[in-house]
Amino acid sequence: MIGFPILTLITFLPIVGMIIILAMPKDKSIWIKYIALAATALQVVLAVILLGNYDYSAGGIFQAESFQFIEKFRWIEITGLSWLGTLKVDYFLGIDGLSMPMVLLTALISFIATISSWNINKSVKGYFALFLLLDTGMMGVFVALNLFLFYVFWELMLLPMYFLIGIWGGPRKEYAAIKFFIYTLFGSIFILIVMIGLYFSATEVIAGGERVFTFNMLALMDQANYNVDGILSPFNPHNLRFIAYIALFVGFAIKIPMFPFHTWLPDAHVEAPTPISVILAGVLLKMGTYGILRISYPIFPDITRDLMWYIALFGMINIIYGALVALAQKDFKKLIAYSSVSHMGYVLLGMASLTSTGINGAIFQMFNHGTITAMLFLIVGVLYDRSHTRGLNDFGGLATQMPAYTGFVTVAFFAALGLPSLSGFISEALVFIGAFGVESIRVLTIISMLGILLGAAYMLWTLQRIFFGKLNEKWAQLTDIDAREYVMFIPLTVIIIFLGIYPSAMLDIMSTSVNTLVEFVINGANNISISGL
Amino acid sequence: MSELSIINISIIILLLPLVSFILLIFFGKKFPKLYLAGTGIVFVALALSIAVTFGMLTSYSGETLSLSFTWIDFGNVPSIGPLSIELGFEINNVTALMLFVVNLISALVHLYSIEYMRGDIRYTRYFAYLGIFTFSMLGIVITNNLLMMYIFWELVGLSSYLLIGFWFEKDSASDAGKKAFLVNRVGDIGMWIGILILFTHYKTFTFSTIFEQISLGNLPFDSASALTTAGILIFLGAVGKSAQFPLHVWLPDAMEGPTPVSALIHAATMVAAGVYLLVKIFVILTADAMLVIAVVGGVTAFVAATIALTQNDIKKVLAYSTVSQLGYMVLAVGVGAYAFAFFHLVTHAFFKACLFLGSGSVIHAMHHEQDIRFMGGLRKKMPLTYYTFLISTLAISGVPLFSGFLSKDGILAGTLAFGSLTGHWLLPIIGFTVAAMTAFYMFRLVIKTFHGEPRDKEKFAHAHESKWVMTAPLAVLSLLSIFIFYTPNPLSADAGWFLDKWVSTPQTVVPAEASFDFMQSGMDKHEIGLAQESGIVHSVQYTEAMHHAHYPAMFLSLILAGLGILIAFIFYQWKKVDLEKLTGKLNSLYKFSLNKWYIDEFYHATFIGGTLKSADVLSWFDYYIIDGIVNASASVTQFVSRLSGWFDNFVVDGLVNFTALFSGFIGLSFRRLQTGKVQTYIVFVVFAVLLLLLFFRPF
Repeated sequence: MIGFPILTLITFLPIVGMIIILAMPKDKSIWIKYIALAATALQVVLAVILLGNYDYSAGGIFQAESFQFIEKFRWIEITGLSWLGTLKVDYFLGIDGLSMPMVLLTALISFIATISSWNINKSVKGYFALFLLLDTGMMGVFVALNLFLFYVFWELMLLPMYFLIGIWGGPRKEYAAIKFFIYTLFGSIFILIVMIGLYFSATEVIAGGERVFTFNMLALMDQANYNVDGILSPFNPHNLRFIAYIALFVGFAIKIPMFPFHTWLPDAHVEAPTPISVILAGVLLKMGTYGILRISYPIFPDITRDLMWYIALFGMINIIYGALVALAQKDFKKLIAYSSVSHMGYVLLGMASLTSTGINGAIFQMFNHGTITAMLFLIVGVLYDRSHTRGLNDFGGLATQMPAYTGFVTVAFFAALGLPSLSGFISEALVFIGAFGVESIRVLTIISMLGILLGAAYMLWTLQRIFFGKLNEKWAQLTDIDAREYVMFIPLTVIIIFLGIYPSAMLDIMSTSVNTLVEFVINGANNISISGL
Repeated sequence: MSELSIINISIIILLLPLVSFILLIFFGKKFPKLYLAGTGIVFVALALSIAVTFGMLTSYSGETLSLSFTWIDFGNVPSIGPLSIELGFEINNVTALMLFVVNLISALVHLYSIEYMRGDIRYTRYFAYLGIFTFSMLGIVITNNLLMMYIFWELVGLSSYLLIGFWFEKDSASDAGKKAFLVNRVGDIGMWIGILILFTHYKTFTFSTIFEQISLGNLPFDSASALTTAGILIFLGAVGKSAQFPLHVWLPDAMEGPTPVSALIHAATMVAAGVYLLVKIFVILTADAMLVIAVVGGVTAFVAATIALTQNDIKKVLAYSTVSQLGYMVLAVGVGAYAFAFFHLVTHAFFKACLFLGSGSVIHAMHHEQDIRFMGGLRKKMPLTYYTFLISTLAISGVPLFSGFLSKDGILAGTLAFGSLTGHWLLPIIGFTVAAMTAFYMFRLVIKTFHGEPRDKEKFAHAHESKWVMTAPLAVLSLLSIFIFYTPNPLSADAGWFLDKWVSTPQTVVPAEASFDFMQSGMDKHEIGLAQESGIVHSVQYTEAMHHAHYPAMFLSLILAGLGILIAFIFYQWKKVDLEKLTGKLNSLYKFSLNKWYIDEFYHATFIGGTLKSADVLSWFDYYIIDGIVNASASVTQFVSRLSGWFDNFVVDGLVNFTALFSGFIGLSFRRLQTGKVQTYIVFVVFAVLLLLLFFRPF
């Protein structure tokens, strides 16, 4: 264990950066950029330290003692509230195999996005202050173990995102920003309602032996903590757990985004500046699926098991529908946005299998989609910076004009279409292995496999339209990527190839926790059905 | 050589071309001479593979050497227990021979390409791609499990994509690359599902473990039909990669790639990977699966041969001939002629690579002219190319003394035996018809290209024999098409070293009720064990049927091949028949063949058109319906808030204002009372007091 509160540090480091930036004069824009870079770089260093001290055999999920780097102390405490008794909220951080990959991903993508933000010139101070605030929000979501705290971070990241799209975005930025904001807020309300419902349904023993209502996720996972008459208690014959599950799921599904709640995504992506698209696709989308695995699955194991088939169905729809719609796009960035819809479908499918292989695949796919799609959006950005257009049919023959760029694009595209030896293949394969093994969703899995054909179709067609054929003379001046762009691409490329060849580097981090989660959900569901409810 | 050193050297052989790829892709631009290093590396790999093959065939013949390692460990998985994914390598006779074939052709193609590709703007890049291809192909060869097979399978697809679209400035080339990749993916999905059926049940990808389980009677999902399904689905991968009907459409288009690539990938090695896969999983094929495979192979052989009859592009003829020959190999697996399937794979690899490289030599000399209607008479200008081409043509046509005769004859005998044992007589009929057609179209090609008078005088005048780096590979490959490398008897391979000593049919592990009776050896487990030691495990019944079929098959195929060659000479050499008239008479058939049965057109109209159309429809749906609902709900909310705003403004606030206004009005009206005069107030007070007194009447 480490002697300092590393999770607090990694979460709030960006805020420190933000405060420094806010204190700086506006015209020192280059210094502002360096401070942001330093903050995100330090975050990467901290993430590596976390990994170095990570215990691969600790399960986490529901046992507080096997979470790592725990920090827990009373944050809010109001006593003597008439019928409420004591309101208390803990500042409770910790990570396990579910969150560790996400923490690594967040640190990495934030760092890359900072480099990608280098050519932002419009109110630099405001941009980087908001950017760092966003970073804290994202990191917080992945390390919080208290539902209240989770929600605070969840909402915290909304606001800067709204402004980052709304001010630094493209022509329809206002529309896209407000759509993103309201859509996500709409989802958050569901999460909030369920959170409050859970709070009033379960109690936890605090120091002194008193039982108080609780937002502690781990306490909420323990069925013994539920009051018989709590509205979300499994022991209450008239409980509303099913409705609550659906509400919570919708809240998370908007973020994924799951069909039919996905239409904010193409708009947000197309209008957002490149680094924000990178963050959005690289990290934000994962919060939805992370939330489902971290909160919905262990707290509502019974409903999860009952709805497996439906989750798989929506996964399948995401995969096929996203891929087909991507195939029809004529805007490069929109195509990548819809490919995200398709790729997040694999995460849903893997989760729905409720098997270790499937969920390992799902989390690994979250990580891989993060790196691969981040790279894809960077690729779009590089081209847009130079040509100021994203029309797929405006290009042609760039392969000879920009050979190094074409090389990176080829790696990223083939990773996205699931070529073996690149990371995306492993996660898709594990998802299929897991989901195929479950008889009830086998047919859905087989249909989903068409996604790997459609994925190849739109990716290769795009590659052809932009890079092959005769060079369009209009683009004879385009320059190949520069040193800064190399710095963005190389780490992602290395990770994509490395994890494709040696996936255990990432899978070993998560597999113990995934096994714990699967066992916990299955046992929990069985317990509830045994108790006759 | 010890067992371990054979495996270790094989792994080194696998990695060497990868080293070449990495060197060339990263440093090729700075050091343009590096392609020589790449070529050298592949020759080192060839030398090592000769050592491995020799060591294997002499010291470990019939054994399987393997090495496994854990790739992914899932730990203790709920409801399964410890679960991990193992990868590994295995070497047996077939593998060793395949290692040699792949490395030999790869090395020769490297050598040949030095001259053929000279001056290309992406010269070193080309050699890098050859490297990654060779690596991927070797991976397929030495894997001991289905997952690695699939991984390298797709990597081969990648290198094929890169090499077909090597001249991506041409739209036709980049189209062909894309088509190859996508059509292959269709097959790969099937293969992947098949693999998943096996993994789901056995929790392993390793061949030997799966085979062992099946031989113990442990069938996937406890049903023989699931095993059949798995076999057919895995075969789908071969349908894609080995260009079997109906997924054969990518291979002719793949001729857009540089010709040495066509020789290496699209004739000798990659397309044979499908057959190799079938050889690997042969023992788990049930009777139903084998029948499906045989039919697909037969149909492919026939369809492709009919198309090859009329094509005018020298590479297209060879491409369809390749498809047809691959059909033969698949047919051979289907009818149980395992050893001959692999034998034909090897002989075909040599003579077809030679034919392609020969056509490359011609194309090179003719300044990229590929249409045989503009060729002719090249025999005098390019004698070495001509004679090697001729030897290979004799081989593929099934003329005795050459390798193709031996292997094809075995396959035809196999179909006859299969026909006599099962009553499926159509398969041998197709097999023999295709043999005649093959001899015809191959000699048509030779005559039109090399014989007669030149039809394009100018190009002919510039034509010349290629340099030694191009002709040496031709010589080596054509030499390998001579019978003596396989058997001492030019009329039968049965007693030769290739079939008798090196490759023998393994005993099926499928339970008796799900497999053909004649595939069972009739021995019990103990006897099988002993027999496997000596390398002869096959049913006596099938062997006898094959034996009976051997001479009839040989005579029939000789007559048919002779007939095909004779007709080709009558048509094209001696010109005894007016072809214009003939094609006029058979116009619709001619067109049907020339247009490749309109299969591409059919796919365009149905699958491709349908997918693109549904993509457009869904995109419309997404924009107008799904997002429409979102925007509409936003509009409704806006409307409601406007409405409530209006309500707030006019009703709620209106009430407030009304109250204010009303009070104001009242105030105004009562203001008159406030006169400011004391006497008036006194009057009001007196009146008030009187009123109070009146009300309360205290007295």
